[in-house]
Amino acid sequence: MARFKQKNDKGTPALNMGSMSDIIFMLLFFFMVITTMRESSLFVKITPPKGSEVTKLEKKSLVSYINIGVPQDAYATKYGSEPRIQLNDQIADVSDIRQFVELEKNQRTEEDSKLLTFAIKADGKVKMGMISDVKQELRAASALKIFYNASKEVRK
Amino acid sequence: MSKKSTPGLNTSSMSDISFLLLAFFLMVSNINTDMGIARRLPPPLPPDFTPPEVRERNIFQVKINRNDRILFNKEVGDISLLKERAKEFLGNPQDLPNLPQKEMVNIPLLGTYPVSKGVISLQNDRGTSYDTYFRVQNELTAAINEMRDELSRQKFSRPYKDLDQEHKDAIDKAIPVAISEAEPKNTGGTK
Repeated sequence: MARFKQKNDKGTPALNMGSMSDIIFMLLFFFMVITTMRESSLFVKITPPKGSEVTKLEKKSLVSYINIGVPQDAYATKYGSEPRIQLNDQIADVSDIRQFVELEKNQRTEEDSKLLTFAIKADGKVKMGMISDVKQELRAASALKIFYNASKEVRK
Repeated sequence: MSKKSTPGLNTSSMSDISFLLLAFFLMVSNINTDMGIARRLPPPLPPDFTPPEVRERNIFQVKINRNDRILFNKEVGDISLLKERAKEFLGNPQDLPNLPQKEMVNIPLLGTYPVSKGVISLQNDRGTSYDTYFRVQNELTAAINEMRDELSRQKFSRPYKDLDQEHKDAIDKAIPVAISEAEPKNTGGTK
């Protein structure tokens, strides 16, 4: 009969944590690469419409956003309950769009400003009157490339 | 020289630090999920501009009223039929006299191809919801995308999405995005 030798030390052996940090760093880099910085927080509630024919928006650096929706509950007292337009990080009016287009164009080189796309990120319940006004302003400011933001839906 | 072993560095807090960094980046960043439909607006019109005459057979009118009801082919219809009607109009496979004319255009890679002169005219009310407007745009885009795909399979025996840019451009020329948007009407009063 074999007799097993009893070990003396009962404490748990120390785990080697050296590679743990490597793994976490790898995760960190992965997330840093696939994500983009959140530019500004939204003041308006947006539930974009759904569509089956949506395509990806290319070249994020050449996109400026026009957010349209009802102000979030926290800002309801400040901005009311009617749909508003948010440009960058402030609530604006339709008449401010022309200035906004100029500003965005000036921030980029001349070649890039021709490729600048204005993404209209609007809530599904917003009335077209407002969106038409925005589009007319964009036209007047000769910002002709636009993009309707939506979420993907698989066609039944 | 006496043999000295290097003392082990305590790196257990290293993972804590990198976890903290990871959590920070997860908080401040968002994953790119921007999807949608790209469109080109027409350039601003000169003041003395007169719209060109377009024959009635070349226009497919789509109207959306303030109650989000859709009218096409001069009758109220359901959105599920819109894609088929638009395809029928733009394709005009039997060269019917009430559907749009075609113009022979020489396109590189495709040769001479009859390009439809049909234009889809989309008009909405100021009271139309963006959701409905987008659905209509989506259906019209679907019609064009399907026609492009069919042509691509027929000519290049490959689906449109697998083509390279040169072939895609040729197909895009043969089947252009012919959607014209009229100024919105305001039948629903102010707002």
